[in-house]
Amino acid sequence: MTFTKLMASIALVALTTTSVAAADTVRMGTEGAYAPYNFINDKGEVDGYEIELGNELCKRAELECKWVTNDWDSIIPNLVSGNYDTIMAGMSITAERDEVIDFTSEYFPADPSSYVALAGADASATKGTVAAQTATIQAAFIAASDATVVEFATMEDTIAAVRNGEADSVLADHAALKDIVDASGGALAFVGDGVSIGGGVGMGVRESDGELKAKFEAAIAAMKADGSLNAMIAKWFDGRKAGY
Amino acid sequence: MFEYCTDPKLIEGFQWWSCYLSNGKHLNFYFSFLVVLSLLALTVPFILLFGFTGALARRASFTPLRWFGTIYTSMVRGVPDIIFFLFVPIAMDQGIEVIRHKIKCSDWSESIRQGNDFVVCTAAKMPLSSSPQWVHETYGFMLATIAFAIVFGAFAANTIHGALGAVPKGQLETGAAFGMSPRQIFHRIHLPQMWVYALPGLSNLWMILIKASPLLFLLGVEDIVYWARELGGSKTARFAYPHGDWRLGYFLFLLVFYLFLTWASEKFFDRLMHRLSRGQNTAASMA
Repeated sequence: MTFTKLMASIALVALTTTSVAAADTVRMGTEGAYAPYNFINDKGEVDGYEIELGNELCKRAELECKWVTNDWDSIIPNLVSGNYDTIMAGMSITAERDEVIDFTSEYFPADPSSYVALAGADASATKGTVAAQTATIQAAFIAASDATVVEFATMEDTIAAVRNGEADSVLADHAALKDIVDASGGALAFVGDGVSIGGGVGMGVRESDGELKAKFEAAIAAMKADGSLNAMIAKWFDGRKAGY
Repeated sequence: MFEYCTDPKLIEGFQWWSCYLSNGKHLNFYFSFLVVLSLLALTVPFILLFGFTGALARRASFTPLRWFGTIYTSMVRGVPDIIFFLFVPIAMDQGIEVIRHKIKCSDWSESIRQGNDFVVCTAAKMPLSSSPQWVHETYGFMLATIAFAIVFGAFAANTIHGALGAVPKGQLETGAAFGMSPRQIFHRIHLPQMWVYALPGLSNLWMILIKASPLLFLLGVEDIVYWARELGGSKTARFAYPHGDWRLGYFLFLLVFYLFLTWASEKFFDRLMHRLSRGQNTAASMA
C-alpha cells in the first residue's frame, strides 16, 4: 500500500466508521506469484485470470470482495482459521485437499503438467532431479515416481534451480510454464511428455461455509452457461478453448 | 509517475530505469523499509519493558512471581523462534476473536471449532472482514510487534538479570551505609551501574532483531525481503517492465542496507557505552 493510498483510506474510514458495516464482505485469498493465474502487476496490485474472474463472480453473487495475498505454504491453514474466506490460487482440486477444505466446481479445466529443462536437454531430464513447488500436486507426483524431488517455496525458485543446474527439470502446470518458456529467449524448453495429474482448478472455501460456496457455485455455473468463462480463459491463456 | 512512462515498451536507458524504479510496486518496496524500521523502533521499548519485568520478577522476594519470571525466560528462550512467531500471533488472534464472539454473539448455538475450521460470527472477526486493508495490515503489524517483544523480551530479561547481579555488592552496601532507602539504592546506584554490564548483551539482541525482520512475512506483513524477491523475480512479457531474474541485484541492495544499519548501530552503541562507563569503576572507563 502506498502512502497516499494509506492516507486516503484513513480519511475514508474516519468518514464512514459510523455507517453500518456491510455484512457480506468476502476476503479472497491468493498467492500473487503464479502468472497468468494470479500475480502482482507493476502497479503493485493483484492481477491475473483469477483476479478478473473472482471480481466478476463477486459482482454476479452481489458480494463485496477484497483480495488478500498469502504465502502458498500456509494458504490452507489461514483459510480454515478464518483470515480470509476463499482461495483462488491456481489450486487443483484433489482428494487430499478436499478432506480439509471444500471446493466449488472447477473454473479452469484440468491442465496437463509439463516438464521444462534447459534447452537441448533430452527426456532423461524428467527422470533425474526434478524441482517442484512445495505442497503442489506436482511435488506429490514426483515423490511417488522414481525421480528425485526438490521442493521450493515459489515457482520462481523452481525455475532458478533449473537454470543454475540444481535440478534437471521442473514440473508445473503447463499454462504457468508456457509464459516462462516464452520469455526465456530460447534458454528453456519443454521436455518429455506432459503428465495428467489432479483435477481442474476450483475455488477453495471452508467446509463450514456452505452458504458462500453455494453463491459462488451458482455464479460459476452462470458464467459457464453464458460463455463468459470461456472468453475469459481465452483472453488470459493465449486463446485456449476451455469448452465449458 | 512521470509523463513519459505511459508506454514503457517505447523507452529505454535512463528513462526506462526512472519509470521502472518509480512504478507502484517499487513504491511499495520503498514503503516496506519504513515498515521494517518502524517495527524495530516500536518493538524496542516493549522489549525493554518485558525485559525489565522479567528480570525484576526473577529477583522478586514473592515466590510465585519469581517462578513466573523464571518460567517466562526459560520457556521462551528454549522454544525455536519460528514456532513462537507462528504460534503467538495465531493464538492471540484466535483468543481475541473467541472473547469477542462470547460477548457479541452470545446467542450463537454452533461451536467455534467445526472440524478443521475456526468459525466465529461475522461481528466478532478481528478486524472485521469489511474493514479496509490498512486496518488488517496495522493489526498484523501489531501482532508482530507483540510477538517480537515477547521473544526478545525474554532474552533481554536474562541479560538484565545477569547485569543486575554483576554490580558489586559493596556499592549497594555503601548506599545503605549512607542511609538510603532500598528504592533510592536501586534507582541511584544499582540501575545506573547495571547498564554497563547489560549493554553488550542488549546490543547483541538489537543486531539479531535487525536481522530477524524477514520473519515478518511469516506473520503476513510484507517486508523488504518479500518485495525484493517479488521485484527481482523474472518478469514475462505480461508485465510492463519485463526482465530476467534480477534477485541478486535486489538482494545485494538489501545487503548494503543491512550492513549500513549494523554499522550505524555499532557507532551508536560505542558512544553509549563510552558515556555510561564514565566514572565507573570498570576497565572500560580507562580506555
